[in-house]
Amino acid sequence: MNRRNFINLSGLGVGGLLVGGVPVYGNTVSVERLLEPGVDVATKKRLADIALNAARSKGASYTDVRIGRYLQQYVFTREKQVQNISNAESFGVGIRVIANGTWGFAATSDVTPAGIAKCAETAVAIAKANAKLQSEPVVLAPQKGVGEVSWKTPIVKNAFEIPVKDKIDLLLKTNAAAMDNGAGFVTSNLFMINEQKYFASTDGSYIDQDIHRIWPTFTVTAVDRAAGKFKTRDAFSSPMGMGYEYMDGLASEKIPGPNGLVGYRNSYDIVEDATLAAKQAKQKMTAKTVTAGKYDLVLDPNHLGLTIHESVGHPTELDRVLGYEANYAGTSFATLDKWKTKSFKYGSDLVNIVADKKQPYTLGTVGYDDEGVPAKEWDLIKNGVLVNYQAIRDQVAILGGKESNGCCYADNWDSVQFQRMPNVSLKPGTEKRSVIDMIKGVDKGIYIIGRGSYSIDQQRYNFQFGGQLFYEIKNGEIVGMLDDVAYQANTQEFWNSCAQLCDKDDYRTFGSFFDGKGQPSQVSAVSHGSPTTRFNGVNVINTGRRI
Amino acid sequence: MAILTEAEAKRIIDKVLSFSKADDLSVSLSGGRRGNIRYARNAVSTSGESENISLGVTASFGKKTGTATINELDDASLEKTVRRAEEVARLAPENPEYMPLLGPQTYLKTDPYAKSTANMDPDYRAKATFDSVDPCRKKNLTAAGYMEDSTRFNAIGNTKGLSAYNRETSVEFSVTVRTADGTGSGYATRDVTDVSKLNTREATEIAMQKAMASTNARALEPGKYTVILEPAALVANVDASLLNAMVRSMDARSADEGRSFLSKKGGGTRLGEKLFDERVTIYSDPTNLDVPNGAFSGDGRPQEKVTWIEKGVVKNMPYSRYWAEKKGVHATPGGGNFIMEGGTQSLADMIRSTEKGILVTRFWYIRPVDPQTLLYTGLTRDGTFYIENGQIKFPVKNFRFNESPIIMLNNLEALGKPVRMGGNLVPPMKIRDFTFTSLSDAV
Repeated sequence: MNRRNFINLSGLGVGGLLVGGVPVYGNTVSVERLLEPGVDVATKKRLADIALNAARSKGASYTDVRIGRYLQQYVFTREKQVQNISNAESFGVGIRVIANGTWGFAATSDVTPAGIAKCAETAVAIAKANAKLQSEPVVLAPQKGVGEVSWKTPIVKNAFEIPVKDKIDLLLKTNAAAMDNGAGFVTSNLFMINEQKYFASTDGSYIDQDIHRIWPTFTVTAVDRAAGKFKTRDAFSSPMGMGYEYMDGLASEKIPGPNGLVGYRNSYDIVEDATLAAKQAKQKMTAKTVTAGKYDLVLDPNHLGLTIHESVGHPTELDRVLGYEANYAGTSFATLDKWKTKSFKYGSDLVNIVADKKQPYTLGTVGYDDEGVPAKEWDLIKNGVLVNYQAIRDQVAILGGKESNGCCYADNWDSVQFQRMPNVSLKPGTEKRSVIDMIKGVDKGIYIIGRGSYSIDQQRYNFQFGGQLFYEIKNGEIVGMLDDVAYQANTQEFWNSCAQLCDKDDYRTFGSFFDGKGQPSQVSAVSHGSPTTRFNGVNVINTGRRI
Repeated sequence: MAILTEAEAKRIIDKVLSFSKADDLSVSLSGGRRGNIRYARNAVSTSGESENISLGVTASFGKKTGTATINELDDASLEKTVRRAEEVARLAPENPEYMPLLGPQTYLKTDPYAKSTANMDPDYRAKATFDSVDPCRKKNLTAAGYMEDSTRFNAIGNTKGLSAYNRETSVEFSVTVRTADGTGSGYATRDVTDVSKLNTREATEIAMQKAMASTNARALEPGKYTVILEPAALVANVDASLLNAMVRSMDARSADEGRSFLSKKGGGTRLGEKLFDERVTIYSDPTNLDVPNGAFSGDGRPQEKVTWIEKGVVKNMPYSRYWAEKKGVHATPGGGNFIMEGGTQSLADMIRSTEKGILVTRFWYIRPVDPQTLLYTGLTRDGTFYIENGQIKFPVKNFRFNESPIIMLNNLEALGKPVRMGGNLVPPMKIRDFTFTSLSDAV
């Protein structure tokens, strides 16, 4: 991400969530600019055709062009003050071609007929240069042109139309709620993104898309100076593929849990959550340190989403399986030979995990991916068995498939698109069951809520996860709060220990707003839905240390 | 041309300043060229080159500030950007932590620029990749690697007379070599200012040796072990790392606020306390010839030679200007690089003097577990070996660790000769009682 106009916003209260800061692309602009319409569709089609024709005339056998306008508004606050407001716009064209059986890519911010034609020629020249080093020609799964179409995230309130003052007021009210309830410090942030993407390809597709995402979040810190201790509690919001309506805090979208806990479905009450967070951060100060050992874990969707992301989402990315990410993120234990047996038990019979680019309110949902493939839903794990991967057009032939899964994405117009994770979600159980019902059946367990520390090896076998809140369960009841909890497991053993699922009424999504992959690194946003789920006999360690 | 000379940059900055109607105006002009080449399965997967230039203007009226950026440098665009920054500033809420602009400063002379790197082109990158892939192909090994080069400048100026310019180059290279059957994996990484000092074949050959030597790894019980950590296990180019995490967690404000490992029980900080083994000395120095760095920080403060930890004692902590003024102390900026003093032993010497231990090539996926104690978790990766009686005996399966650099630097057995890693100088270390908590099947 550092190759762009990168404004480092780390140290503004998000450092715990992001390595290396928050990516901001493009130039800072006025708030009004974020609401101005971009280039009209007819002009974009005319410019796209220039790219397609220029590349074809230079010898490209396939071309796609993405004319992208990427808008961001980020608001950062701490306690009573605004730390930063960033409004940014990035506009340009990325052109990808196949020439001599090899990919070539070039991008330009010179969005003129001459600039685009030159960029297309560069892309072809790069493809031809790289072809000399290539051993296998690109085989692209066919994709019928979809003609001139459009798609828009079905938002109710465009977040960019909400005055900045309202956003600041809400965040400062959130901070005040935390401080009034015992927080020593609080930071709160609001991230809003709008991708206006136009895609055209030599297959005969002209796709105009308008995609919106939002993420409110905070961290509350409680400090006991006399004891020399501090504890934090992060927000239980989820980043969403929604407009500002996510901030409405509708009572109908709240799921009451045990011990006064509240789960948020598709509407978030940030002030209520900050109030609870401050109280819970203080409770963490005196929570009992965990005794290491085996426990049955009851995992909340706001926690389990990250475990799904790391232990199912990433290992089933086909480019990792094939070795394209070997030097960075790593490869995968979910190898093709295991998949070919059609009986590799990734998890217990209860485990049904779907990949999905269509689920409402989620981050990964679009009309079409960044190589013109319509959004789809497909099974990754069915009744515990590994049945498929995440594949894009130039990978499908390796699986013997005929069509792409439609999960190709680039994080900006000047990034080359590649395989990125769709929403990957655990289906809810079919039997009626709430969290409280589930806890009643546990003799010795821990109920874990929220995203904590996370780490997994480069083939996704061994992982360790922490959380935000830990409650000890004894003989079917919550008996108190625990501290210093992390669980370690082997991916396959963990998913095979999946013993019980709550039903659809408990189902919620978790999201990762800045998921990193590739070199140079690109971000993407992805959701993971699940119900609260029980895993039996998982190894819990005590992470308390004295220094 | 994205690399402006000092005179060209100053001319543009002065022009911007001349448009100011604000109480104060500061300007930051930066740009550069980045090239990269990525390969996997012994073939190039992507490569590219991009140029960028960006001008940032921050205007202030009293304690209200606003920023605007642009990448066009004609006079009309410059003036428009100043007006926009001023407009944003007028509408902004007051920043209670606003600090007046710095006046002219005196900077150390540093030289983090190499012409050889500035001259790199696609052919150079392709040749460097060939030098890495070719020996792997010949040995039926599979290479995946990445090289990114950067040539950039940044210049700052303000209406109080501050003016500074820096240009620098850097190249980062890493390669992972795997055996054809996927049972062995090795890694090497290098970073240089001057690309003529980078030999991708030499680095790849080390990764190849590790890949071949790491097949058929045996499982050892997790527990406390004496470990020899190579510099790549202490500071990483691509991910969080143990030593970097500690050095970057020394901020004075967090410590004063009671939310840092340097916060003291009962209030205050642990400045002046001996927290580490007495052989631990860590400092920053932008003039060091092995890891040269820019002479000024983002807000214009001069980068200094400053000692953070001396003989195990916390000597200095970085301050923001606001916090330093509030506390009435010198506003030491966080260093651009860090240098940890070491010894004279080579890695081979350290292995020879080890009765029983584990050699760790690198760690991976390091994440904080407890910010209070700086406890981190992560895993070994790409070459982990058992040492007995001064010799590497056999490869071992990867471990997950849970360890704090604070505890680690108290359990120090030996330090080797420092090498450059991620722009810093880091010695290999021998540590006793390093905590491995579980095994991983990953290769």
